[in-house]
Amino acid sequence: MSGILFNIQKYSIHDGPGIRTTVFLKGCPLSCTWCHNPESQSFQKELMQFNNRCISCGECIKVCRTGALKCNEGHIDRNAELCTMCGLCAEICCTNALEVAGREVSAMELMKELEKDIIFYDSSKGGITVSGGEPLSQGKFTLELLQRCKQMELHTAVDTCGLGNSLMLEEISKYTDLFLFDIKLVDAERHRKHTGVSNEIILQNLRLLSSLGKRIWIRVPIIPGINDDEENIAATARLILSTSGVEQVNLLPYHNAAMEKYRRLNKKYELNDIKIPQKGDMDRISEMYRSHGINVLIGG
Amino acid sequence: MNKRVKVLRQRSLDAEPTIAIERALIVTDTYKKFNGKVSIPMMRALTFKALMENKEICINDGELIVGERGPKPKATPTYPELCCHTLEDFEIIDKREKTYFRVSKEDYERHRDVVIPYWEGKSIRDLLLSNMTQEWLDCYYSGLFTEFMEQRAPGHTVADDKMYKKGMLEFIKDIDEQLKALDYNNDIDVFDRQEELKAMRICAEAIITYAKRHADKALQLAEEESDAKRKAELLKIAEVCSHIPGNAPRTFWEALQTYWFVHLGVITELNTWDSFCPGRLDQHLYPFYKKEIEAGTLTEEQAVELLELFWVKFNNQPAPPKVGVTLAESGTYTDFANINNGGLKIDGSDGVNDVTYLILNVIDEMRLLQPSSNIQLSKKNPDKFLKHAARIIAKGWGQPSIFNADAVIEELVRQGKSIEDARCGGTSGCVEAGAFGKEAYILTGYFNLVKVLEITLNNGTDPRTGKQLGIKTGDPREFKGYEGLLEAFKKQVHHFIEIKIRGNNIIETLYAKYMPSPFLSILVDDCIKKGKDYNAGGARYNSNYIQGVGIGTLTDSFAAIKLQVFEKKSMTMEEMLEALKNNFEGNERARQLCLNKTPRYGNDDDYADDIMKELFDIYYNEVNGRKTVKGGSYRIDMLPTTCHVYFGSVTGATPDGRKAGLPQSEGISPVQGSDTKGPTGVIKSAAKMDHLKTGGTLLNLKFTPGLVQNEEGIDKLSHLVRSYFKLDGHHIQFNVVNADTLRKAQKNPEQYKDLIVRVAGYSDYFCDLNEALQNEIIARTEHKEF
Repeated sequence: MSGILFNIQKYSIHDGPGIRTTVFLKGCPLSCTWCHNPESQSFQKELMQFNNRCISCGECIKVCRTGALKCNEGHIDRNAELCTMCGLCAEICCTNALEVAGREVSAMELMKELEKDIIFYDSSKGGITVSGGEPLSQGKFTLELLQRCKQMELHTAVDTCGLGNSLMLEEISKYTDLFLFDIKLVDAERHRKHTGVSNEIILQNLRLLSSLGKRIWIRVPIIPGINDDEENIAATARLILSTSGVEQVNLLPYHNAAMEKYRRLNKKYELNDIKIPQKGDMDRISEMYRSHGINVLIGG
Repeated sequence: MNKRVKVLRQRSLDAEPTIAIERALIVTDTYKKFNGKVSIPMMRALTFKALMENKEICINDGELIVGERGPKPKATPTYPELCCHTLEDFEIIDKREKTYFRVSKEDYERHRDVVIPYWEGKSIRDLLLSNMTQEWLDCYYSGLFTEFMEQRAPGHTVADDKMYKKGMLEFIKDIDEQLKALDYNNDIDVFDRQEELKAMRICAEAIITYAKRHADKALQLAEEESDAKRKAELLKIAEVCSHIPGNAPRTFWEALQTYWFVHLGVITELNTWDSFCPGRLDQHLYPFYKKEIEAGTLTEEQAVELLELFWVKFNNQPAPPKVGVTLAESGTYTDFANINNGGLKIDGSDGVNDVTYLILNVIDEMRLLQPSSNIQLSKKNPDKFLKHAARIIAKGWGQPSIFNADAVIEELVRQGKSIEDARCGGTSGCVEAGAFGKEAYILTGYFNLVKVLEITLNNGTDPRTGKQLGIKTGDPREFKGYEGLLEAFKKQVHHFIEIKIRGNNIIETLYAKYMPSPFLSILVDDCIKKGKDYNAGGARYNSNYIQGVGIGTLTDSFAAIKLQVFEKKSMTMEEMLEALKNNFEGNERARQLCLNKTPRYGNDDDYADDIMKELFDIYYNEVNGRKTVKGGSYRIDMLPTTCHVYFGSVTGATPDGRKAGLPQSEGISPVQGSDTKGPTGVIKSAAKMDHLKTGGTLLNLKFTPGLVQNEEGIDKLSHLVRSYFKLDGHHIQFNVVNADTLRKAQKNPEQYKDLIVRVAGYSDYFCDLNEALQNEIIARTEHKEF
């Protein structure tokens, strides 16, 4: 079984306990405007352009079979309509100014890469985190990967937005030690506005995991002006208090480090005006959670 | 730190390094009187005696541990018998921007009028260089290898616990017994032995005299002192200095002062590499600490104060001025005393004790360039110990570094040491494993592995000098595949190691015959027992090292040729050679292919790492196990000090995409910026090297502060270290500072005077490094927070 992923992050120390390797699968059913991994959203391979790296050697233009590339004042212009995403240009590019985000890999092959760091997982009680994109969107692949991890007796975590097939989630949960579950907004309408989808299934799935007795860490991105109002915080706190199995809440302050990534993908970044939360803001919000008796941490 | 320590620490920081001509004058005077009339060991002993009896005694205001090598802090002697500086050297040393020493007009003149006329052409350096062959000299000046003993004496050894158990008077008894037992009928070396033992005896007496002179000076100062508290301290100093080092120390204070006099003795006798070092200080001090704490004669605060004052003494002694290639390979004020903490006890049990933690706190508070410090981490040591050290490391000034005590012991046992001697050993200098108090483990010079590849790719010729330094191993265009290249490289390594070792054999003999060190010999088993000098094979164990430099650059270069030329055929050998010759000008694409489309060492990628293993084995098999003239064995180390910068400066463009003249990779760290998979990738790659076959490897990881900002980060860093050590990694150190800060420091050095960074097995003030090295440190991959 093959999946498509866009990154493997080693010495990942903010996605669960211990030293971990995080596998980032490509493709997500949500389209959050603040997404800091824009290359994770599409299920298709995408070409990323790093114009600062280009030395204008022109080799990419030569190998392109559809004439989608042309040289324009020291960097490459790509005609997306002509491009077939064959990846030949990225392969020949000597500076990696063109890179393909997304590669297909079988679970078996991927395991070889993940097993390389076993000594660190063992020492630190770490393991593997499957993240995305959305792991549930590649449910069968995620399942096989987790099963293989369990055969190797590795600790497993799944970082999910919660939107996906409930039966698959239940199956996956059998091989998952810890869920990192994202809650962005509690109000269904507001959720739809900012992520493109309703949160009905997401909340159902959270309750499902809770009823299955799974260990859960809730992750809440803090996006100023979008979900940092008292109403949403109070609603999130209520939700958490009514969900058994939640061990901690991680507040993840919004950052704009991804702006450059949007540029590379030629995608529009819509949150230009948002201010990055300051330490005082984060302390205030975490205090609100804490006042409800919730174990809250700032950062992953 | 208390007020006294603060003041003395600041004075040490502010003291300007100067040349002190005093030693050179005493040595010259003594040689004029005795040379030719007595045996050489006696000549050296009489010189040592004259120094101990005549050099100015310095007791600084407020200090408790006393004694300076020169007449004042950072006043640094010269050693004309080893290297007689020219007047031009003195001018450069005075004026150069980095690692300068101010030379007073008076000292300059006395050097000109007294020292030079006697020593010119007679120093060991002159003797040594005039005895080297043309091929050795060609290789040396082309940057194939360096030579450690060219202007500094062997040393490379560390004290064990004997001086804390026995006073010099007891050593004299041991010497007398050996003298009595000499066999004048049958032993053909009996005269040499007699002279060496007599020389040791004179030195033992001289160091007692030296301490007594401090006692006298303290008494004199006490008489003049109006402050009652200080008066009492001076009287106490006098009492301590009257008791030790003739007798064994009784207290914590006396133990520290004993070491300090011994230290000054060793570094005054000769300009030993890595100065000298107390080694396992926590082990040595613990019995005194425990006894006194229990008896109520010492408080923890007093112990800390004494330790901190002891630290200041090290910082007051910069490494004596170096010139030429030696300056290039080791451009620093640091003299490499490297305090060991933790590790195991002689019986193999956990060695961490209360003093270990005191010392860690002292390291943290003092933040001085010297002494360097490390922890010896065994699987038997508690995590608390590691974490305590990690919290200090996280503060980002480069100390302490972390060694794998279990691996160090295994390395030493593999080399033939007894398990007890190995457990009492540790690491010194940068990363070198040794049996403390029992071994002469001499670093003989760095070896430019990358240059050997360059010469291989030019059929034996060095393109920089145009000289045929190597053998003709054939035109690379004709090589039969990658194996052909490897075979040619192997032959060239053999060729150059042979040249290096032929030189070493002569140099070693020169030191054995003409420059014995009878004082140091008292301190190293079994010199007294054998009646043999440290420099002549008197130590129980004798090892010579040749330190390999540039394994990262070398590996990536071989990987690039293997993949791009032989496998993918994206360029021909001709094209590669042409690109190298032109420093990639006009063929940037070739450079980029090598940089970006070739597997690189440091990413846990077997393609590159298998090549590293192969190259390591070639080097190891060439050097390891060869015999030294002292009856010891050759071993390898993989460390560079600052030599990767010098070697880079004499090496042209390399197939890994490195441009001509730029630094090579450092230690066993990957090429700067080529490790893109994070710290676990670097550690996995580095651990594929068989560390246990070396006497030391050096791995440097650069971390941003964010990775270790809280306890969770500290915890994960600790696991990273434990994992590396499970894989038998020898040593790891962390630079926790971000590149932005370094760039700022480079632009505004005056604002960052105190910024200490880890260089390569030691730390240094960032602003004291030359620009190339600064840039290299900035370029080392900054492992960002994920």
